[in-house]
Amino acid sequence: MLTVGALSRGELDARLAGRGLYLQTGPFINAIRSTISHVSDGIALLYADYPLAASTEFADFHLHFPRSPLPRRLWRAQVRFDHDGVKPFAPLPEDQAWPMFEWVLNWCVSSRAHSYLMIHAAVVEKNGFAAILPAPPGSGKSTLCAALVHRGWRLLSDELTLVRLSDGLLQPLPRPVSLKNASIDVIRNYVDGAVFSRPIHETLKGTVAHLKAPADSVARAHETARPAWIVFPQYEAGAATSLTPLAPARAFMELAGNAFNYSLLGADGFEALAGLIGSSASYQFRYSSLDEAIATFNRLAPPAP
Amino acid sequence: MMAPAQLPLLVQLLRAPACVSGWSLKQWDLMLRQAVSANLTASVWSQLDGAGLLDVVPAAARRHLDWAHCLALRHGRAVRWEVRQIAEALAPLGLPLLLLKGAAYVMAGLEAGQGRLFSDIDILVPKERINEVESRLLLKGWMSGHHDPYDQRYYREWMHELPPMEHVKRETMIDVHHAILPPTARAHPDSRLLRAAAVAAAGQDCALVLQTLAPVDMVLHSATHLFFDGEFDHGLRDIVDLDRLLRRFGADESFWLALTPRALELGLQRPLFYALRYASWLLDSPVPAAVMAAAAQAGSPNPGLLALMDGLFGRALLPGHPSCGDGASAFARFSLYVRGNWLRMPPLMLARHLFHKAFISPKVAVGKV
Repeated sequence: MLTVGALSRGELDARLAGRGLYLQTGPFINAIRSTISHVSDGIALLYADYPLAASTEFADFHLHFPRSPLPRRLWRAQVRFDHDGVKPFAPLPEDQAWPMFEWVLNWCVSSRAHSYLMIHAAVVEKNGFAAILPAPPGSGKSTLCAALVHRGWRLLSDELTLVRLSDGLLQPLPRPVSLKNASIDVIRNYVDGAVFSRPIHETLKGTVAHLKAPADSVARAHETARPAWIVFPQYEAGAATSLTPLAPARAFMELAGNAFNYSLLGADGFEALAGLIGSSASYQFRYSSLDEAIATFNRLAPPAP
Repeated sequence: MMAPAQLPLLVQLLRAPACVSGWSLKQWDLMLRQAVSANLTASVWSQLDGAGLLDVVPAAARRHLDWAHCLALRHGRAVRWEVRQIAEALAPLGLPLLLLKGAAYVMAGLEAGQGRLFSDIDILVPKERINEVESRLLLKGWMSGHHDPYDQRYYREWMHELPPMEHVKRETMIDVHHAILPPTARAHPDSRLLRAAAVAAAGQDCALVLQTLAPVDMVLHSATHLFFDGEFDHGLRDIVDLDRLLRRFGADESFWLALTPRALELGLQRPLFYALRYASWLLDSPVPAAVMAAAAQAGSPNPGLLALMDGLFGRALLPGHPSCGDGASAFARFSLYVRGNWLRMPPLMLARHLFHKAFISPKVAVGKV
């Protein structure tokens, strides 16, 4: 299978500038066009391990990130996002092209892929069992996820937990992990040789940098996982590590609140979520030390068969 | 105007779904992109479902249709719920709830409502009761978003509807009309005639007293909405509505007999002519030759103007996707925008309105990511 890394930089740029780079992420094919160097730099750096689609006949998402037209390009150039003539987002300064690229890839999935119950949560797997980490921004979900996937857990996703409506299994969509503000240095110090995109300051979410996904997780993107644990993380400076069981009804309501399409799916959404809660143990998790947090995750007992 | 074989793939599919049997994956890819830009993906699902052709769709494309169908099912549920809320809010007034456009198609169980996604619910009420309707809606949580005194005056004096109202909790929109065209427009279809002919909606919820326009009036309203309006973002969707209504109601011969006389009675012969002409050209709607001839006699513009309109509508009714246009598409859309406003307001009033919107009205902040 041909990966992005097999293309020379010249070939990569030519595809992005021409008919498009047909990039496979999890179960989706993205046809990407852009002449903005931040976009091609980001793809070369963070997507080298990703497969190219076998054919260019079909893409799930056609994404175009054009540069500003000429006069504007010379002063405060912007990046725009054009989804086949539809422009759902306002332009951003061109410097923010890379975060925009990552947000847009998430948006394409979360606004369309209704064959999954989609939950705003990180999800990691070990020995066939997956832990789902739903949480609002600021709870340390992505930091914890980034640490786990460099200590023996497989990355399924940092943002989008996809529960297949057909069988309740979790569909991986491994992509770079989005880290913000202080978390960037925390993970830089915690993970030897961590590969990051250039931090971008003053975005809507503060300073943002993306951490390259482990190659093994990308290569195993077709292997689904069984949901086993739902862990609501909360980082609190200086807090002792504590894992507290959470009542299933409470976990259900919390997860429904974090889902993108729970109400859209109607009865199917209810059943998928009920199945997920039924097959998993739910916990509230408070932590300040990443080592202790990982040790706690490694001790999670597999569910009864 | 284009020959059928040169029409965009999306239009070919909507006109004769059987054509998809030999499509390559590349053709499916392009059709789906056109459907997204025309907001018709869910309509494609129902069109193929109706023709028993969903199973020939390749898996990669089928998944997109199923996703859109999911959205359409949810939309249908939400519309039925919202209509119920409106009916309950207005119940004390003792008025029948007369639904227009999308909500009417959904509640009457018409094909035109299948897979149709829309953001507002439109209702028609007697002009003399419109203040009571507004008060009841305000009491039940709908608010007007237009606080600018100029906007309020624009709607209340010159328009055929209240400023759009949004529910504070559900964020749903309702448009309350007292007529189907502004009083400033060239044609003045009498709302009393429309209301008097309204029929009970064969809705699923028998506890509610719901009405829709009578079949001929429903078609005439759809035509008026499309061909008097300046916005063609939904042009193809609106002509698909017309095609589906014509196919549904056209099974009854008396529908065709009543169409042109009713258009003349309401002063809507021009939009009727355009509707029949472009629906049969684009989507092969089965308009009987005699009806087409009668509508042309009643409403066709002179040959020069008709040739111009063919050039404009022939472009503006196609999907907005870049694969469906030529160098003149943007000009056609702009010209029709100007024309739409021209038809709705006398020139001086229009000039004053555009001047005010451009230089005096406070600017609204654009959406952010």
